[in-house]
Amino acid sequence: MLDLQSIGVRLGSFELADVSVTIEAGEYFVLLGPSGVGKSVLLEIVAGLIRPSAGRVLLDGRDITGLPPEQRGFSLVYQDYALFPHMTVRRNIAYGLPRARSARPAAKRRAAELAELLHITPLLARRPETLSGGQQQRVALARALAVQPRLLLLDEPLAALDTNTRFRLRKELKRINRELNTAVLHVTHDPEEAMALGDRVGILLDCRLHQVAAPQELFRRPSDPQVADFLGMRNVLPVGRVDDKICHICGVDIHVSSLTAETTHIWIKPEEIILSQEPFASSARNQFKCTVVEWDPRGSLLAVRVAAGDLSLVALITHASFDQLAIEPGRQIYATFKSSAVHCF
Amino acid sequence: MTRQSLQPSGSGTWFGLLLALLGSAVLLLIVAPLLGIVLATSVSDLSRAAADREVTESIKLTLLAALAATTVSAVAGVPLAYLLARKRFWGKGLVLGIIDLPIVIPHSAAGIALLTVIGRQSPLGKHVLGGGLVGTTAGIAVAMAFVSIPFLVNAARLAFMAVPERLERAARTLGASPARVFLTVSLPLAWRGVLSGMVLMWARGISEFGAVVIIAYHPMTTPVMVFQRFNDHGLRYAVSVAVLLIAVCVTLFVVLRLLSGARDRRGDHA
Repeated sequence: MLDLQSIGVRLGSFELADVSVTIEAGEYFVLLGPSGVGKSVLLEIVAGLIRPSAGRVLLDGRDITGLPPEQRGFSLVYQDYALFPHMTVRRNIAYGLPRARSARPAAKRRAAELAELLHITPLLARRPETLSGGQQQRVALARALAVQPRLLLLDEPLAALDTNTRFRLRKELKRINRELNTAVLHVTHDPEEAMALGDRVGILLDCRLHQVAAPQELFRRPSDPQVADFLGMRNVLPVGRVDDKICHICGVDIHVSSLTAETTHIWIKPEEIILSQEPFASSARNQFKCTVVEWDPRGSLLAVRVAAGDLSLVALITHASFDQLAIEPGRQIYATFKSSAVHCF
Repeated sequence: MTRQSLQPSGSGTWFGLLLALLGSAVLLLIVAPLLGIVLATSVSDLSRAAADREVTESIKLTLLAALAATTVSAVAGVPLAYLLARKRFWGKGLVLGIIDLPIVIPHSAAGIALLTVIGRQSPLGKHVLGGGLVGTTAGIAVAMAFVSIPFLVNAARLAFMAVPERLERAARTLGASPARVFLTVSLPLAWRGVLSGMVLMWARGISEFGAVVIIAYHPMTTPVMVFQRFNDHGLRYAVSVAVLLIAVCVTLFVVLRLLSGARDRRGDHA
């Protein structure tokens, strides 16, 4: 439906180069990247609010690069909601609807429908300043959906919300996408959000689109170490010399059951690594004597960095194991993981 | 939370005292003459002045000429303010400088400069305005507009700058043309600032003497009348007219403060 062809833009010192991507009708597409790489700029280019310095935007094959935003039929929702403070919720939602006297009853009905869809019917007569963040974002979504956009543009729509509200609205977004069959282009810096929502995810790093793929595919096959790193994949190691299911990395031999000639990187999930005080006999083929380097809390678990020679690995362990192993920097310890637990890409 | 400000310890030192003393001197400079003129006016003088047709006519003329200057200027000046608040273009700094020029030019000189454009002998005055605007209400309004328009444009520009651009951008993506965005989003959100700019311009126009007296001695605006009565009849005759004029200006000023005060309170919520 929407084609971005070699989009480039230059704004002061900021530059975005050669972004090409296609968004299909009804698709939920997430653009993921750290802040400051131009995700929002790309979104405003699609909206028609910024003109790209290079490339073309096509809608159903028609060049709309120079079309003003009001003629595109894409509505944009900002992180800070951008509700009109001088209008009630109802008038906010109806802002984009036809406003001829004869069209008013229909517009009012439509506003009521959308309020129902987003569970904000009791708020219709209120002013935006009296609403919570989550409520304001629902109003902003209703307002954007009222115009029946071909494509809904979301700029970090959940970033300013507290955790519970964020989870609830995340579900709503997916539901709206499915129920109304509205295509969505959603920009975020949160990998978890991208994975939960996206049919496909595009990864924007260093002002360049690195990879576009379905969420599972991204973890299975990240296009390069930067993508893996941004997705929070720890223990991604470049493969050097290879001998029949064994790779030699930083002076250590690692058994990898799925190793092939094409493998360039391996990934050892931190939660697959077992730490123990003594070596123990098991079917796991990889066991190394290591030294604890550092540790820090990671949610309900703890991330412990260990070193075996020049090889540095991160293992995730529970607080109970942490106490039992008496983890502290400099302590000698054993790290064990199965050869089948190592992913190759 | 109460509005009580938190004072650091030692704020009652000699420096604090010095600040208070210097500040009082400034206030005295403003309050003393105003208090003096009110005390120097007897009620009978005031009521005689208020009943004097010449005086009331001149106050009416002054208010209306300044109001006309403000309204007409607003039609062109408010869009200009929006342009200056939103767009970046070549020569914008120059435009901003030109807008502020009337503030630094001596107003009598501004009056003379205006004569070269709307005077009897000027090309515009001769051929288009049918003998120029000297001695007409229109001429007075032009002189008032010249000296007071920076107040309107600057206040409106700041008001538009305070409107988040994202609101306008969101409105565009909802299908609104730039003109509709201006009328339904930018202007309604900036109107308080625009309105206080208009009141400021109106008040400034009313109080103008220098430029007006050169364009038109007659019909006589109130500031010119204060000068004429003082020259021809002496202090006592000037005082009552002056008090009336000051009362009019102070009333306008209170309205202005109420407008901008309401805006400040709104700003607190943001």
